[in-house]
Amino acid sequence: MTAHAFDTLRLGSLGRYTLPLLGLAALVVLAFAVGRFPVSVGDLYAATIGKLTGTSRPVPATVETVIYQVRGPRVLAALVVGAALAAAGAAYQGMFRNPLVSPDILGVSSGAALGAALAIFLSWGLIGIQALAFAGGLGAVTLVYAIGASLRGRDPLLTLILAGVVIGTLLGSCVSLLKYLADPYNQLPAITFWLLGSLASTSPADLAVVVPTVLLGLVPLVLLRWRMNLLTLPDDEARALGVETTRLRLAVVCAATLITAASVAISGIIGWIGLLVPHAARMLVGPGFARMLPMTMILGAGFMLGVDTLARTVATLEVPPGVLTAVLGTPLFLWLLAKSKRAW
Amino acid sequence: MRYGWRPRPGLSATRLSAVLAFALALTGASLGEAREVVDSAGRRAVLPAKVERVYAAGPPASIMVFAIAPEKLLGWTRAMTPDEAAFLPQRYAALPSLGRLTGRGNTANVEVVLAAKPDLIVDAGATGDTYVSLADRVQQQTGIPYLLYDGTFARTAATLRALGAATGDSGRGELLADYVERSVGGVRAKVATIARERRPRVYYARGPSGLQTALSGSINAEVLDVLGAINVAGGQSAASGLANVSMEQVLAWNPDVIITTDPGFYARVWTDARWSRIAALKNARVYLSPQLPFGWFDFPPGPNRVIGLFWLADILYPDVFGNDLRARVADFYRLFYHREPTPAQLDALLDTPEPANR
Repeated sequence: MTAHAFDTLRLGSLGRYTLPLLGLAALVVLAFAVGRFPVSVGDLYAATIGKLTGTSRPVPATVETVIYQVRGPRVLAALVVGAALAAAGAAYQGMFRNPLVSPDILGVSSGAALGAALAIFLSWGLIGIQALAFAGGLGAVTLVYAIGASLRGRDPLLTLILAGVVIGTLLGSCVSLLKYLADPYNQLPAITFWLLGSLASTSPADLAVVVPTVLLGLVPLVLLRWRMNLLTLPDDEARALGVETTRLRLAVVCAATLITAASVAISGIIGWIGLLVPHAARMLVGPGFARMLPMTMILGAGFMLGVDTLARTVATLEVPPGVLTAVLGTPLFLWLLAKSKRAW
Repeated sequence: MRYGWRPRPGLSATRLSAVLAFALALTGASLGEAREVVDSAGRRAVLPAKVERVYAAGPPASIMVFAIAPEKLLGWTRAMTPDEAAFLPQRYAALPSLGRLTGRGNTANVEVVLAAKPDLIVDAGATGDTYVSLADRVQQQTGIPYLLYDGTFARTAATLRALGAATGDSGRGELLADYVERSVGGVRAKVATIARERRPRVYYARGPSGLQTALSGSINAEVLDVLGAINVAGGQSAASGLANVSMEQVLAWNPDVIITTDPGFYARVWTDARWSRIAALKNARVYLSPQLPFGWFDFPPGPNRVIGLFWLADILYPDVFGNDLRARVADFYRLFYHREPTPAQLDALLDTPEPANR
């Protein structure tokens, strides 16, 4: 393990991350600098770096609110959600040995959507909606995994995927039923807006809950990054190498579900990132999970931050980021597909 | 088949009119003359002389029919909640739920509508091609005359009058239309005297996060427009009218007044640091619209919003309006909902819940 750790820290492989990390840093600075509320560069400096170094002049209270309560949390949320969705996507693509898999393959998004729609239908508050979305995501995957585990004697991965597809569809129709029953003037628009996904209402309190949860889910993925590669082997070969695939798979599912459910709870449904970003990362650093995971997270964070920054700045009204990810993601994905020479 | 007709393929127009004339001649003796009525969309429908049973295709239409002729209303589009029912006479609150035939999402079963044996189907709302074709199809399918009325706030009086005439309750329709005309006219006249600089900039917060809003010109924000208030969200697209906005944008707008329809948002906004810098919060000018039995400000988009006009006029221009809202609410509820609220109910309507930290 230590030898491997050194391997990652070698200057050569570290160099691969330098450019993406610098790009991400530049994007963060840009994201802080732009927004619908005009903040001058001087005020921005005074409110952030100036404050840290103690050289700041006072800035208007509203500017401080914008930086620390509104824009800052939103930038952080975009980074966390993007990194989380991309990491979960990478984990699932590796585990299912399938490049078409995205984080919602086991029904986490459908479960979260049903939870949120139900909470809106019951006129719950914002915290209730987030909590029920989170619980719905976890519950859906638990159900799928339980079904997959109880149907033994078949290809376990195929069973799991099919159970996920079926349960996801069922939960999707439950969401449709709720939309149908919801008050068309009040609840229906709220459900529709939630399903479109948005980081518009991110508050510091959301981050205080979501960031630890996502980190909690990332820890097992980071610890298991070497063994993850073995999951891409057929089960019997992995067992021959001494890896208990069933338990490893459960750990990966738990971790990926936790981070996806937590991020979807604050962002709503945002597609594409979990599907697209791992491919880009694989092109840059190869398919080894240990190298690919950090790259996936950097790119995911950057992509989501870019999309969300566009969503909140281009017009007076918000552009749904879920729409933007698809509009930007489709050509990007096709370009990657055309460019990549490796067979999947 | 008593009043309506069902066109069959191969039935020529002349034969059809002959059959129709024959049917009318048969029923004419007992039911009086059938009438042809033209609705807001320019559609024609033949109504029986006496309309006794009316199916309202959507929530605004059901409120209108209920206001004009409650005994003719066959049911609501959904069951009343106990909170809503408390404001209506018991026998009307207990009417069955028949679903809606129009609007966004159609939940009514045409057979259920037929089983209720309506003499007339009424809808009030948008009169665009989608709704016209829906009305035509239902009329053709069921053989029941279907009238489609303009549901915009500005046309409320005209629609009440036309609906009253159609159901044979011209007196009631006239009475309610007069009330609406006098109310809206009075408010408009007073608002016209207020200089533009003195009109507040208002943000309408919808949804649990308060970050959905309705644009000026949309059906959702009509009350603001009538009151001459400046909707900070502006009016880019009247098509749908609802949009998501960012917290920063609301901070940049810095509205003087915030109106909301979401109790959860109203409870939370007072202690939320992000909203605390906005002028409306600093001056404690955030208001939760009363919702019972029907919304005062936004939904459903029906005559229920007329009382919201007075409520909001008091809020926006306290020195021009004010003082008699309680009596007006009692009047309006007696006139439109057939029951004056109890003093306790009036208190509950007019005293918005005390925010936690104010």
